[in-house]
Amino acid sequence: MSELSLVQAVNAALKRAMDEDSRVLILGEDVGIDGGVFRATDGLLKTFGSQRVLDTPLAEASIAGVSIGLAAQGFRPVAEIQFAGFAYTCIDQIINHASRLRSRTRGRLTCSMVLRSPAGGGIKAVEHHSESPEAMFAHIPGIKVAIPSSPSRAYGLLLSAIRDPDPVVFLEPTRLYRAVREEVADDAVGVPLGRCFMLRPGRDLTILGWGAMIREVLEAADRLAAEKIEAEVIDVATLKPLDSATILGSVARTGRLVIVHEAPLTCGYGAEIAARVCSRAITSLLAPIERVTGYDTMMPYLRSEAYYMPNVAGILAAARRVMAYA
Amino acid sequence: MSESELNISSTRVLDSEGKIGGTIPTFARDPAELLRLYRALVLTRVFDTKAVALQRTGRLGTYASSLGQEAVSVGAAAAMEPTDVFVPSYREHGGQLWRGVTLKELFLYWGGDERGNDFAGPREDFPNCIPVGSHLPHAVGIALAFRLRGEQRAAVCLFGDGATSKGDFAEALNMAGIWKVPAIFVINSNGWAISVSRAKQSAASTLAQKAIAAGIPGEQVDGNDVIAVRAVVEHALARARKGLGPSLIEAVTYRLCDHTTADDASRYRDDAEVSRHWPAEPLVRLRNFLISAGHWDKAKEEAVLHDCDSAVERAAAEYLATPPEPVSAIFDSVYAEPPGELLEQRETATVLAQGVA
Repeated sequence: MSELSLVQAVNAALKRAMDEDSRVLILGEDVGIDGGVFRATDGLLKTFGSQRVLDTPLAEASIAGVSIGLAAQGFRPVAEIQFAGFAYTCIDQIINHASRLRSRTRGRLTCSMVLRSPAGGGIKAVEHHSESPEAMFAHIPGIKVAIPSSPSRAYGLLLSAIRDPDPVVFLEPTRLYRAVREEVADDAVGVPLGRCFMLRPGRDLTILGWGAMIREVLEAADRLAAEKIEAEVIDVATLKPLDSATILGSVARTGRLVIVHEAPLTCGYGAEIAARVCSRAITSLLAPIERVTGYDTMMPYLRSEAYYMPNVAGILAAARRVMAYA
Repeated sequence: MSESELNISSTRVLDSEGKIGGTIPTFARDPAELLRLYRALVLTRVFDTKAVALQRTGRLGTYASSLGQEAVSVGAAAAMEPTDVFVPSYREHGGQLWRGVTLKELFLYWGGDERGNDFAGPREDFPNCIPVGSHLPHAVGIALAFRLRGEQRAAVCLFGDGATSKGDFAEALNMAGIWKVPAIFVINSNGWAISVSRAKQSAASTLAQKAIAAGIPGEQVDGNDVIAVRAVVEHALARARKGLGPSLIEAVTYRLCDHTTADDASRYRDDAEVSRHWPAEPLVRLRNFLISAGHWDKAKEEAVLHDCDSAVERAAAEYLATPPEPVSAIFDSVYAEPPGELLEQRETATVLAQGVA
């Protein structure tokens, strides 16, 4: 066991996956000699060589497209897109090919690949470096989408993503890369995809989120506890497939739900969760569902970034509204 | 360097009348091989004709004929080893048939049934790629897999002239060049991307010269000369197998048909232009050569036609007699293991489909 930051946990999972399976390859911009701009692939070129860690030219669409060809041939490519804001040119490859290769060949060709990318804001970055595109990917049939919120879940979820027989989009919260450290056992044990994680039990309301927002959610839950309001906190972790049962079970107990995400409100993934809760657990609800999200604006450039980011105050206000609802 | 100094070579073995106009490659000295190529061209044309007829009578989906361009994919596929991987766009029926995709699978596919992509023969060949040019990076990935495993295999990727305008084309050629992967890119340069003519597609005097910027060889070949296409692709494959990297081959041909059965080319091009190109079409050319070489006569021609006709009719009947998949099939191969939420949707669809099927 050692204390790892989230980006170090990603690195440890990549190294473990490459150690255990010679089919695992890393490709992307600056992933080799530079070890990735966030050092997620640091040391892998030296350990595994240029046959397994490939610096690509600057061409995101083809990083995804080449991965599909490699995957169809039985490799397990882990492609890095340097920032999620540059993954949009990959969406053609992801929607039209990676997601449906299995289905359109009725299982003859498959696409076990991972598209990793740092995502989200709060790092005072250049324009286009702070995007939260998870709902776009979650909308694509045939894709799985996972977002870790801690070093240990980053390690375990990434291992499971790499071992998964289908394409997984793995969005790493940039803001958490170095923000926290925790004990992570490099024990090759995966955290299962498709499962939500109950981070804190509570009887009064449910607050759920994913990725970097889990920090604010947990802090809000602490503050609420001081007011004798017990919030149950759920890290959704895998957006697709969604573990509805855990969420519905929690709402059945608490009757109140606050959904938190950094991406814009409209058609954000919170809308999907709210719709599922409404259609299957509306009789459990004691108050309207609240969503605390980014606005339907552009992700602002760094000086205005704080105006946009959901914060503890916003989560507390939403929690108090659902608690006050008669 | 001016464009006139680019020095893009162009290969032709048979002229448009079927007379020898270039060096005869080794395979073409074997009459059996020539007859095999001729039969493949005929089979492709008979298949195209039947497919269009089925579409016109409401028994097939929208269909992209390869009329006039048969030699491009047949020639490319004939140059390949069975263990190579074919990465087609959607007008390469001839090449797919050569590779061992069955007529029934092709009918099933164009009839709207994904089982047509579950090739019993060439298990690693890619299915058709409908979003133009987006399959070129796949060919690079496949070829990279061969190189990484140290295998003497190659990927052969076909696409139209329109695809050369896409970013995928530039990205794929560039990557293939850097990594020297065994990938051969063949342009079915048929003059038209639906209604956009070659002149409006690119100001470059040849599309082959786009290889130069990627640092890989580029050349033209007469795409209506199946012997030349096969020879040029064979040469590129031999080079690739030696570790010398990818090539771009522009097979210059002409789309004698509409873009697809949903298209009406008379809206944008003159019949006179089409008529001018008919004399150069690939079947007559090879047949004239076979006749002049003493390998062919009317009886043989009729036998091949009859053989291809009955194979196509038999396959069409089998396709038409194949019931659609059950509703569960659209759910069952989305993932290796359908997640719970998909199983719930499958239940709903199964109930609702009872009124549909």
